Amino acid sequence: MEMIKVEDLAFEYIRRNEEGDVESINRAIDGVSLDVKKGDFIAIIGANGSGKSTLAKHINAILYPSEGTVWVNGMNTLKEENLWEIRRSAGMVFQNPDNQIIATVVEEDVGFGPENLGVPTDEIWERVEKSLKAVGMLEYRNQSPNKLSGGQKQRVAIAGIMAMKPECIVLDEPTAMLDPDGRKEVISTVRLLNQHEKITVLLITHHMDEVINADKVFVMEHGKIVMQGSPREIFSRIPEIKKYRLDVPQVTELAYELRNAGVDIPEGILSADELVQALENLGA
Amino acid sequence: MQIVFDHVDYLYSGGTSFEKHALRDISFKIEKGEFIGLIGHTGSGKSTLIQHMNGLIKATNGKIYYNGEDIYDKNYNMSQLRSKVGLVFQYPEHQLFETTVYKDVYFGPKNLGLDKLEADLRTYEALKMVGIGEELLDASPFELSGGQKRRVAIAGILAMRPEVLVLDEPTAGLDPRGRDEILDQIAMLHKESKITIILVTHSMEDVANYVDRILVMNNGSLAMDQETRSVFSRYKELEEIHLAAPQVTYVMNTLKEKGFPVNTDVTTVTEAKNEITRVLKII
Amino acid sequence: MIRDITIGQYYPVDSILHRMDPRLKLNGTLLFIISIFLFDTFYGYIAITMFMISIIKLSKVPFKFILRGLKAIVVILIFTMTFNLFLTQGDILIRLGFLKITKQGLHSSIFMGLRLSYLILGSSLMTFTTTPNQLTDGLERLLWPLRRIKVPVHEIAMMMSIALRFIPILLEETDKIMKAQMARGADFESGGVVKRAKGLVPLLVPLFVSAFRRANDLAMAMEARCYRGGEGRTKMKPLHYSRRDMVAYIILLSYFALVIIISIYEKYLPYFSL
Repeated sequence: MEMIKVEDLAFEYIRRNEEGDVESINRAIDGVSLDVKKGDFIAIIGANGSGKSTLAKHINAILYPSEGTVWVNGMNTLKEENLWEIRRSAGMVFQNPDNQIIATVVEEDVGFGPENLGVPTDEIWERVEKSLKAVGMLEYRNQSPNKLSGGQKQRVAIAGIMAMKPECIVLDEPTAMLDPDGRKEVISTVRLLNQHEKITVLLITHHMDEVINADKVFVMEHGKIVMQGSPREIFSRIPEIKKYRLDVPQVTELAYELRNAGVDIPEGILSADELVQALENLGA
Repeated sequence: MQIVFDHVDYLYSGGTSFEKHALRDISFKIEKGEFIGLIGHTGSGKSTLIQHMNGLIKATNGKIYYNGEDIYDKNYNMSQLRSKVGLVFQYPEHQLFETTVYKDVYFGPKNLGLDKLEADLRTYEALKMVGIGEELLDASPFELSGGQKRRVAIAGILAMRPEVLVLDEPTAGLDPRGRDEILDQIAMLHKESKITIILVTHSMEDVANYVDRILVMNNGSLAMDQETRSVFSRYKELEEIHLAAPQVTYVMNTLKEKGFPVNTDVTTVTEAKNEITRVLKII
Repeated sequence: MIRDITIGQYYPVDSILHRMDPRLKLNGTLLFIISIFLFDTFYGYIAITMFMISIIKLSKVPFKFILRGLKAIVVILIFTMTFNLFLTQGDILIRLGFLKITKQGLHSSIFMGLRLSYLILGSSLMTFTTTPNQLTDGLERLLWPLRRIKVPVHEIAMMMSIALRFIPILLEETDKIMKAQMARGADFESGGVVKRAKGLVPLLVPLFVSAFRRANDLAMAMEARCYRGGEGRTKMKPLHYSRRDMVAYIILLSYFALVIIISIYEKYLPYFSL
């Protein structure tokens, strides 16, 4: 069974004037279908306003389809009785680290989810400890979130999701407001959870270097999925990527330029080591 | 010399007896028309430093001169300095407050006490510089897209016709194209109106592509002050203070280690491409 | 300055008082306030003062730090004491021109001063020794019966704790926006009342916009983490009275009984008057 299955999804933001008549309709998602297997690390990239955040909010049942269907772990998000189970199994981390931490002490914030689920007190403590350990924040458990760095705050937010024992985490541009150190912290934490805890990850971002390790990349534009494939496949199509207001890692671009200049190296090089290797092979 | 920092210290006290050196003995000079990058990890003192440039924060020790005048002189016109050194804060769109785009940009020139005609002129000029079309003048700034909001906010500073433009991470949170658009516009501004630009950023790639000289901050001190190429050639030192060189610089250094006779002081994709193809031809 | 206000602050040290149940401290503070307003006799106040001093000792909060809390009300204190001193009718002690000080005036001036100071000292002692979270938890539990009459107790407590989390963030944000507008030539310091009030618009509008954006984000984040009100919720840190709390309740009640007894039998004790 797929972790997430989206079929012909469309979503419209409808703006009404003061009389309640429809003023404008913005089709933020326009016919999206995708499947995500359990344990996958999926990246969704796309320019601002391409509909990727709107898509993410459907997976956590914060938004409901105008057309089409979304299943999370086999549960239809339109069915009211599935709501809490969906939100538990597909946790969501948002962009602004400050606006998703509720409590004034780190460990109490991590406990917030389990409290809402009605988990018994002793088990809450176990889960909090385990989750904070998993994101490497255990030593900060008694601190005020205000004293943490952006990357640390996001890791606390991830721990807060982990404490609900989810099968899947959706991260909506979790690194957009962070510095390079913070970005690395968050991405390596997420990769760790994916590899060791077998958590399915859906990462939304526009930092291209964060997606090179994904199992599959989806590119969105104007509410549609316009490209999909492995990072290597996607990043070997540079002109297309740029058309969608996106970019590729600098090394990939260099490799692409070299190929255009007649240097015989493979397509879709993703890291500095790969490029150096390819250039060494030329001489051999 | 347009801006001179002369042994500037800034002590920050958090309300208690405990004090922290936010800036420690900072000295540098900036010439008119330079394009400077200011880098450093979070908490290294970059934001504190730039707020000294327009007098929002006053140094505990040391002097700052603008166009040869001591800005801490009691006869110095501080509000004039604020208009000459335009400071664009991080996420500047969060400061928008007026009902229309036009009125918001007009706020700065109005505060300068200019007459209506001149203020209007500057408002139009600034909006044009950032590429906001006339059709958006009467729109509410809150209804624009993220990239547009940011450009309106930058126009709000440009409308004061600053001689120095300081931008604190102007591309944070934008998508790659939005990032390039803003930076290209800033570069054009630098070229055409000869304003001095100081760009605070976390992106080494941006720094390498645009600036001539880099100031590196670490723990409140000025760790390096050199031209771009020289700073990135010291990439091992940069790593020690949680910074890095652009990816291509690493590629070139690894190639060199592997025996390719490449020149390693390369910081952009185009330079790297030219250097590698040159070397490949020789081999 | 804002940072001089110590009322409402938490003073992080480890003391018996810090470890007590917040409900006990809330009830104790209430009882203490009742005791200082019920009695204005000399012997009664000796008992009250002794009690307060021993609580301060137990709290391990430096006495100097506690006294700083009084700084905030110094003006009110002087005002009240002066009014009581000169405007109370009774047996005249001293005449200073058209002003006169009466025996009753002196008495009520001293007691009003003491009451106000004790009120502030007592309640700030509670906040010094109780974290904001414990305080909201305690209030939630104490007010729980009010749910029967449709008071949204859980919601009020949740609102309080969220407010506590966001106050420092909003203060920082205020500072940032203020600086950003000053960089555009805004002036928050000069001019008359009207000009200054108008000058606040560029600060307040962005601040409200940001507060609403944060509220919206936070509501979404809470829902995403399965928040659905107080119903069916468990607690990570439920409140339990320990034996120590029970002993403290007994001490508290004996204190209250003592003050009542003293005030009733005051007339049998050696006479003391100002």
